[in-house]
Amino acid sequence: MNNLQNFTKGFFKENPVFVLLLGLCPTLGTTTSAINGMGMGLATMVVLVLSNMAIALIAGAIPSKVRIPSYIVVIASFVTIVDLLMAAYFNTPGPNGELSLYDNLGLFIPLIVVNCIVLGRAEAFASKNGVGASAIDGLGMGLGFAMALTILGAIRELLGSYAIFGIQLVKSDGMLVFVLAPGAFLALGYLIALLNKIRTSK
Amino acid sequence: MNMVVTLLLVTLLASTALAFVYQVTKGPKQAADDAKKNFAIKKVTPEFDNEPGKEAYRIASFDGGDSLVCYPAKKGDHMVGVAIETWTMNGFSGLIRIMVGFDTTGNIINTSVLEQKETPGLGTKMTEPFFKDQFNGKNPESFKLSVKKDGGDVDAITASTITSRAFCDAVTRAYNSYKKGGNNE
Repeated sequence: MNNLQNFTKGFFKENPVFVLLLGLCPTLGTTTSAINGMGMGLATMVVLVLSNMAIALIAGAIPSKVRIPSYIVVIASFVTIVDLLMAAYFNTPGPNGELSLYDNLGLFIPLIVVNCIVLGRAEAFASKNGVGASAIDGLGMGLGFAMALTILGAIRELLGSYAIFGIQLVKSDGMLVFVLAPGAFLALGYLIALLNKIRTSK
Repeated sequence: MNMVVTLLLVTLLASTALAFVYQVTKGPKQAADDAKKNFAIKKVTPEFDNEPGKEAYRIASFDGGDSLVCYPAKKGDHMVGVAIETWTMNGFSGLIRIMVGFDTTGNIINTSVLEQKETPGLGTKMTEPFFKDQFNGKNPESFKLSVKKDGGDVDAITASTITSRAFCDAVTRAYNSYKKGGNNE
């Protein structure tokens, strides 16, 4: 598999959310709006790239029986580092009191630890490939994840609050069910069905 | 044996890295937290020229529980208002911390949510002007701090009555505690 395929497989062919169905907990939980979904997706991408690279480096030295605990320690460390760095350097409120990036995403960052995409890529790809290829895989998968979460978030925001990226389209409250958890399942189910239809008809 | 050594090494390396990052980020994180708090104080009080952060004092909560922090805002020697860091445990996901500013007659000047874990897209709307600005300029003596469903004067957020009630609870705690404990300057 060349680097380009490595990079693009996360978008459609092996999209973590729509095809592999990995990491559904943060997917369903954080996609109440497009911007939340995108934030979670991008934060996951950063951790995914870092952890993939670190694991590709050390995989050869780790006995296979303790590889899962080792990977989890590596992933949890990177998540904590990202959390600390964001709390320190992306935490100043804007001049008019806009929430800082950390205030907007702070809630989701610890959730990345329990995201099985990160462990899944470590196990399925990074432990068997080089550092460069693993970084590309992490970037592609992360972008695919971010894209999926943004799409799902946009649909839920559109139906749930008649807005998109925070811009109110219709002055009304929207269908509340789409902001709540059942709406997440509904929207995701229909999206997967639609994508499966497109894939099988080709 | 090899496995034990590997795990030990991995965890050792990870904890060293974490300790290092923690040390580096401790200062900037504290500074950012202070900046946020000062910003909230400024937002909820009239113009002042003292340093409320340095003159902060604690008052007991009127119904028990954690004490509240008061930040007095003064102009010259005159007290112009006070910012109170208040809390409630009644949020949909527990703790909510709010900064509430009162002027010297007890009118609410403004509010600013410091910390909350409410449902995104529902309870989080309490940080938006359409909800929180309805408190501005109101005096809790005449403005009943509970949602209309409960016979009060507050317009609740649609589908987030619990959050709306919690917000009222926090503001009530600030007002009642301050009236009972403070305002003696």
